[in-house]
Amino acid sequence: MEVLNKNKKAVASRFILLGLILLVLGMTFGLIGSFQYIIPGFAKHILSFEQVRPLHVSSVVFWIISGAIGAMFTYLQEYNNKAIFSTLLLKIQFYLFLSTFTLICISYLMSVFGGREYWEFPPILGIPMLISWVLLIINFFKSLRTLQHQPVYIWMWLTGVIFFLITFLESYLWLSPFFRNYIIKDITIQWKSYGSMVGSWNMLIYGSSLFCLEKISGNKKYGHSKIAFLLYFTGLFNLMFNWGHHIYTLPTHHYVKHISYFVSMTELFIIGRIIYLWKSSLTEAQKYFHILSYRFIVAADIWVFLTLLLAILMSIPGINVYTHGTHITVAHTMGATIGINTFLLLAFGFDILYKGKHHQQYARLPFWILNGSLFIFWISLIIAGILKARWQMDTHQIPFSSMMIQLRPFFILFTISGTALLISISYFVYLIMRNYLSNKK
Amino acid sequence: MNFEKNKIIITIGLFIIFTFYSIILYTSVYKNDQSTNDTNHDGKLIWQKYNCGACHQIYGLGGYLGPDLTNEYAKRSEAFIIAFIKNGNNTMPQFDLTDQELHSLMQFLKLLDSSGSSDPRTFKINTNGSIEQE
Ligand code: HEC
Ligand code: HEM
Repeated sequence: MEVLNKNKKAVASRFILLGLILLVLGMTFGLIGSFQYIIPGFAKHILSFEQVRPLHVSSVVFWIISGAIGAMFTYLQEYNNKAIFSTLLLKIQFYLFLSTFTLICISYLMSVFGGREYWEFPPILGIPMLISWVLLIINFFKSLRTLQHQPVYIWMWLTGVIFFLITFLESYLWLSPFFRNYIIKDITIQWKSYGSMVGSWNMLIYGSSLFCLEKISGNKKYGHSKIAFLLYFTGLFNLMFNWGHHIYTLPTHHYVKHISYFVSMTELFIIGRIIYLWKSSLTEAQKYFHILSYRFIVAADIWVFLTLLLAILMSIPGINVYTHGTHITVAHTMGATIGINTFLLLAFGFDILYKGKHHQQYARLPFWILNGSLFIFWISLIIAGILKARWQMDTHQIPFSSMMIQLRPFFILFTISGTALLISISYFVYLIMRNYLSNKK
Repeated sequence: MNFEKNKIIITIGLFIIFTFYSIILYTSVYKNDQSTNDTNHDGKLIWQKYNCGACHQIYGLGGYLGPDLTNEYAKRSEAFIIAFIKNGNNTMPQFDLTDQELHSLMQFLKLLDSSGSSDPRTFKINTNGSIEQE
């Protein structure tokens, strides 16, 4: 293995830098999409919603994956105190990743679609993605010596890395007529794969979050503790089996739904633990709150709580019947991908790329604006969702378009808070970038 | 030592169950599931090619700018649907599909409709939180 030096480490952080750019780009597409919600036909002839939505979703998903890779490899090197197996492989992976993303955007701009959530690009572009992931796996395994007595975050990274590959391949099973020819089976497998894929990038990110916390607090005990592994196995169990809540209303096997209902409820254990530890977490939080990355981790903790609460409710089929197909689903998705994933990744961004003292005094206001606007963003989607749920259940339904007009005030609130969100997140991206660039000089 | 061993055992155990579960799902077909033929299969690919799913849902899954179209075929006439696709409206773009493509798409919507109902009003909610379709 090569020795760790600044330049080698920098290759991994490139993924975070790229991710930060994709984040701002992705949010901009999201904002255009929200305008299309409130101004019918907005920019329709330049960039219609069926282009904007995948541009938005792919950009932010690539932010999450790219950021997660960058953080994982940086922390793995810090953990090993050695460079990873091959920086060259990592570089190749980076350029593959970047060029695939560029091609994906071009295909959307040209309205060439594969047309399946969440990878709405033509399936051929899955090939370079796959190759790039295989390179990652080689690098990861070669950098890891043993699994014996490893802390929980190594297990989480390992799980994330393997399950991303499995679920990514699974999401392409539809290319075979054997899977595609039955429409319900096809949808079932599609959401099986995506449900678990989200679980796998969460493993990568939560793993890094534990490493980062360990680094800040200097307490290395937690990573080896029984409770850490208990939570990890609860997570793994859910990654494997809780995806059925996406398709409760699909006429598929009943056992899929029962299993998912049961498994999802094990998450109550996680939420119970959060409540139990509330007070001590708060005291702990005050101690390190001046560190920006820690502050983002604390904010993410609160979003874990809110997201889990909503997710558990939505995992009860009797409630899901109401929420499914409404903006409550979008609230859940964006609440989790912003409040948890993005916040944690920003924490890693500050920890890894930001040198010198954090500008806490400048960051205080933007930090609260960010959290406040995300909360309003989330609530406005939930209210829009509740109103739509009421419409869906109404025996005398008014036309779809009239219902959408009734939701308009909440879409306006969504757009305004989304703008604030975009500006405040961009501010933090700017802080990281500016500091990084000035240190490079 | 024991702790290390238990971790490995739990992981392998979960992985085996996951593999079996996956295989069962890959190989089994639910009783109402509809198999495609050449025409409606093309229709499904046309749905994907134009990314209708970015604005419309099937069984509640998709984008949310437009309505769920799972049972559109039962609700509207073919003529209506075709006219809508050809003309669009202020939000939905107009799509220049060939007659052949439109025919396949209609067959797909028909098949989709016959696979079940996505209407939440058709579900009965049990006291234990589970649901059944009436
Ligand atoms: C940019 C978003 C968008 C895309 C893409 C889109 N639609 Fe629509 N579609 C809408 C909206 C919004 C409505 C509701 C219009 C209204 O009721 O005012 C609609 C309505 C419809 C309706 C009429 C529903 C009804 O019963 O009133 C049909 C049928 C339809 N779309 C089919 C399609 C098909 C097929 C495709 C793909 C070829 C497609 N749409 C792509 C946005 C879209
Ligand atoms: C870090 C920032 C963000 C992330 C990670 C993110 C993520 C996502 C994801 C994953 C979806 C798919 C939702 C689903 O299918 O359930 C989505 C949809 C969407 N997002 Fe975002 N988002 C972000 C910011 C924004 C912002 C700032 C706006 C607008 C102001 C926005 C507007 C939208 C819109 C309009 C949709 C489409 C809803 C629909 O399906 O009709 N997003 N976003």
